Amino acid sequence: MALEDYKGVYVYAQQVDNEISPIAFELLGKAKDLAAPLATQVTAVLIGSGVKGLADRLAEYGADRVIVVDDPELKDYRTEPYAHALASVINEYKPEIMLVGATAIGRDLGPTVSARVATGLTADCTQLDIGDFPLVAIPGQEQKHNQLLMTRPAFGGNTIATIACPDNRPQMATVRPGVMQKIDPVAGAKAEVIEYNPGFTPDNRYVTIKEVVKAVSDTVDIMDAKVLVSGGRGVGSPENFKILEDLAEALGGTVSCSRAVVDAGWKPKDLQVGQTGKTVRPNLYFAIGISGAIQHVAGMEESDIIVAINKDEDAPIFDVADYGIVGDLNKIVPQLTAAIKAEKAKKAAG
Amino acid sequence: MKIIVCIKQVPDTKGGVEFNPDGTLNRAAMLTIMNPDDKAGLEAALRLKDKYGAEVTVLTMGLPKAADVLQEALAMGADKAILVTDRVLGGADTWATSTTIAGAIRNLEYDLIITGRQAIDGDTAQVGPQIAEHLKLPVISYAMDIQVDEAAKKVTVKRQYDDRYHIVEAQMPCLVTALAELNEPRYMSVGGIFDAVKAEITTWGRADLKDVEDCNLGLKGSPTKIAKASDKVRKGKGEKVTPDSPEEAVSYIVGKLNEKHAL
Repeated sequence: MALEDYKGVYVYAQQVDNEISPIAFELLGKAKDLAAPLATQVTAVLIGSGVKGLADRLAEYGADRVIVVDDPELKDYRTEPYAHALASVINEYKPEIMLVGATAIGRDLGPTVSARVATGLTADCTQLDIGDFPLVAIPGQEQKHNQLLMTRPAFGGNTIATIACPDNRPQMATVRPGVMQKIDPVAGAKAEVIEYNPGFTPDNRYVTIKEVVKAVSDTVDIMDAKVLVSGGRGVGSPENFKILEDLAEALGGTVSCSRAVVDAGWKPKDLQVGQTGKTVRPNLYFAIGISGAIQHVAGMEESDIIVAINKDEDAPIFDVADYGIVGDLNKIVPQLTAAIKAEKAKKAAG
Repeated sequence: MKIIVCIKQVPDTKGGVEFNPDGTLNRAAMLTIMNPDDKAGLEAALRLKDKYGAEVTVLTMGLPKAADVLQEALAMGADKAILVTDRVLGGADTWATSTTIAGAIRNLEYDLIITGRQAIDGDTAQVGPQIAEHLKLPVISYAMDIQVDEAAKKVTVKRQYDDRYHIVEAQMPCLVTALAELNEPRYMSVGGIFDAVKAEITTWGRADLKDVEDCNLGLKGSPTKIAKASDKVRKGKGEKVTPDSPEEAVSYIVGKLNEKHAL
């Protein structure tokens, strides 16, 4: 089969407990951008049990078509029936591009499916473009046009690589959550819905889920926050996070943290910003007592405004901060909270 | 019980990174360590060995100097070590790497294969699940805990997701990918180091890989190609001030936030 027979930008529309994950909408937003220069459609692949009703939501966020694989075997995520479902869709419908979220599910599903359909997969992309490969024409080598150029950090964020998959289809990428922009939903938008079931026959590769334990979290998803007040080891103790919580409250924001804080057991993992945590891009990011290891910076450097407070004037966080303050957080933060409250009161009265 | 642990020698990413002219990594120029997730996987295997008396074989693919991590693994308590190295395997992406390792594993007997979730150089988390796919094995990735029922030939794994975990049971043989959080790896023992020096590392090349085609190996057999690789260009440094008092610091911050209409 010729490469040009593969058409369309496809998105794996991850759902958990029959609720679409935010990454699905982010991927649809990016897929629309990619589909425009290729003059092609955006197709969402929705896999689960009793999920057909979610198709309209995907249409509102930009899907032209939704392929639904609905089967009781697909109730909770398991590698095997899900990989069979997605690989079967790829073999049947032949997408040019297949995007999957780089979530704990997508980073399991993506590699399995790419190996099954014998194509390449680029992990954890932070940028996707359509362009030429090689980027610049090389004499004696064919330059292919309209290729998916997949850009990703590697080496703990020290380097950036742009990768193409010129000779295999689909071109597959997993994409970091929180990086791509979803579109404003179009109320009432409809997509063409196609139901497809490749048949599921359990074998030794179907594992058994004995128990599902959901982490209890009463915190806001830090990826949705407009203002984040993030603390590092320099905060000193779990109790001392109170002064950060007060500042976050005054700003209408939420508290997040660095990996060191999670490793120390001061805060839960879902509040961690960075390469092994979450990528955030709030309007305002306070880095308080955070040295700014590259792994942390990789998760927050796209924030609009970064304010850093650290007593070490050589802390690398000052290399990425818009406004860096060398000083004692214990003295500055409580006074800052009071000043911001006063400022907001003045504006409200004003 | 026979366990294979796949380990990787990785550059210590705290150091600098160098590239060859073709955009691939200049691995020869870097300080190296055993990849942390792999080390946790090895520790998990050694704990199963302590409990049930398993035979643990460590396997790596890389340059000849990757034998260093195999020595370390032997000194920690692994029984056998295999180095897969060959010039034609160089420059492999995850597809070609997993094809190679699967080709090596086809020569071995095993009940359980453990890999790390991901390596700190590439961070892809792809090779483990792809080995399982090539060998048509069940895969459980992101393992936080691994229990084995030898009689029933079953493994029970605590599998991490973003907001939950699953307790999953699979039939052996199967492949599990380990998180660094799984355990605290042991140190090499003095006796272990002594034994490791005596232990022989088996070296395999292309000819030793089973049921593998040349077109799926090395740089040429890699579907993904590097278009460009470079050091990260970070956004420019902003202002840095050292105020004389907390009051001054506060009025600086509030002033800047007002200027940017961020309040």
